[in-house]
Amino acid sequence: MSKGRGWFVVRRLGVVLSSLVAASMLVFVFLNVLPGSPAEVILGTQSTPASVAALTIQLGLNKPIWRQYLDWMGGLVNGNFGVSYISGQSIGHEIHQALLVTGPLVLLAMLIGLVIGVPLGLTGALYKGRWLGSVVGGLSQIGIAIPSVVAGILLTVGLSIKLHLFPSSGFPGWQDPWGSLRALVLPAFALGVVEGAILARYIRAAVMEQLRSDYLRTARSKGLRRSQALRRHGLRVAAIPVVTVLGLEIASLIVGAIVVENIFALPGVGMMLLNAVNNRDLIVVQDIAMVVVTAVLLINTLVDLSYQWLDPRLRGRR
Amino acid sequence: MTLLAGKVDEAQRRSAFRRWRANPSALLGTVIVGVIALTALVSLVWTPYGPLAIDTNHTLSAMSASHWLGTDEYGRDTLSRLMASCKITMYVGGLSVLFATAIGLPLGIWSAWNKGWVSQLILRAADVLYGFPALLAASLFAAAFGASTNTVVLAIGIAYIPVFVRVTRSAALVILNAEYVLAALAYGRRPFAIVRKHVLPGIGSIIVAQMSLLFSIAVLAESGLDYLGLGTAPPNSSWGTMLQSAQNYLSSDALLCLWPSLAIVLCVLGFSLLSEGVSELRDERGGR
Repeated sequence: MSKGRGWFVVRRLGVVLSSLVAASMLVFVFLNVLPGSPAEVILGTQSTPASVAALTIQLGLNKPIWRQYLDWMGGLVNGNFGVSYISGQSIGHEIHQALLVTGPLVLLAMLIGLVIGVPLGLTGALYKGRWLGSVVGGLSQIGIAIPSVVAGILLTVGLSIKLHLFPSSGFPGWQDPWGSLRALVLPAFALGVVEGAILARYIRAAVMEQLRSDYLRTARSKGLRRSQALRRHGLRVAAIPVVTVLGLEIASLIVGAIVVENIFALPGVGMMLLNAVNNRDLIVVQDIAMVVVTAVLLINTLVDLSYQWLDPRLRGRR
Repeated sequence: MTLLAGKVDEAQRRSAFRRWRANPSALLGTVIVGVIALTALVSLVWTPYGPLAIDTNHTLSAMSASHWLGTDEYGRDTLSRLMASCKITMYVGGLSVLFATAIGLPLGIWSAWNKGWVSQLILRAADVLYGFPALLAASLFAAAFGASTNTVVLAIGIAYIPVFVRVTRSAALVILNAEYVLAALAYGRRPFAIVRKHVLPGIGSIIVAQMSLLFSIAVLAESGLDYLGLGTAPPNSSWGTMLQSAQNYLSSDALLCLWPSLAIVLCVLGFSLLSEGVSELRDERGGR
């Protein structure tokens, strides 16, 4: 028991690490068992058997597949993501640049989701059974059904084409911070609205559960008003499932960013992935897949750990 | 005796129907899903125009009596294309959810029943797969095999397997720990019979609700993938590809974007309402 908490964390990290290794093998084998060599793809129509053979050796593609895998993984671990077959650029550098767009986009979307979701969810719970509660419930139901593609395009029509408030595509780069932020606002909204609707539903359910609980009835009976009782006692407990959802939402925001970046022509990880897929630049696809998988699995683990930490009843249990 | 049993069945059916009708989510969800399924069926035999029929004299025409929802940049009838897209959506959603259920359900029940290393392996594998969201899986498929409607089905199906394993497992664990299952085990019933007589009926409504929910998410994922060009390829129509081509005419013909958007939202709404309705009806019956 004394080493319980720390041991749990170590064990959980070990599990993630083994999952990541398994995932990397899956990605690598999947993209490397195909017929046709990358060398032919790179050389395109001008390839001759001799030039293909030379490039194959240069890229290390003549080595056994397990050796290629180990080279790739060794590179990833050391922060060396390799060189793009198509552009000849360092992939690590490109991913770094792309993350500077995707990261802020996801954070901004999360913020917008919280600003929309928290008040909506609380209102929905407190006004349940009255018209305001029903309106909020209906709104969040519809909000969940709106894909980010649709939200993005509708926002573009409304705020960018009709009102000229925000740019509809492109990204000036962070040397122009104000312009960059403006370019991120619409995409972040497209992502955040849906996340907000999902959050609102979970918050509503969590708060409603607390409102029915015995301890809140006790708090009410000692003279607190419902909102006071909720603020002093209920919200902390209601926050537990909400934090979990919030964590899982980050993962879905990262995926959603892939779509939204392509709507708004933002040079982030999603656009890089799509370009690589279209050019069959397999090593870039491989690298970005690992970046996304790592992010999703790590966040998932952090959510698990935070659950243990937030809910005292679970502490010390496994 | 059989006569009485028949009457009881009949009464149960009627009250189930009444509860169904009284539940707004279930009713509305069924209606929307029904309309979309019906449209998909109709589009197999009839659409106002051919969904691929190009008419260069009537490009980007507005709503009119001959083209109810107007035409696109090639003069193709928007309503016909919307209807034909229903078919693709039902195909992708239905097949991917069935695929995920067919694999995830047995694995989930197995891992709930057995505690051995095979179950551990199943759960670990599900954890790994969890790291591959549908969009990423579809990108990998597209990079390896080229994009098509079927790679979307596979990608979404695979991405949902871990969800089904987990949901099935936790629902089955509840049933397997119930006393009547213990009694059946003590009585000497075989595992297969217990799964068939107790577990499957017990978790049925949870699975159906989950399938409907995942169908709605599959529609979202499919529209995104088609929009990105990672799925159904033009000229074949799907709501996602329609959105993608309509995006070029946002400033002049914004309505072109509206129709597929509405169709997607309606379809997602229908399946998520249906899922919610099934869950609510289950709660009303006291968890069975």
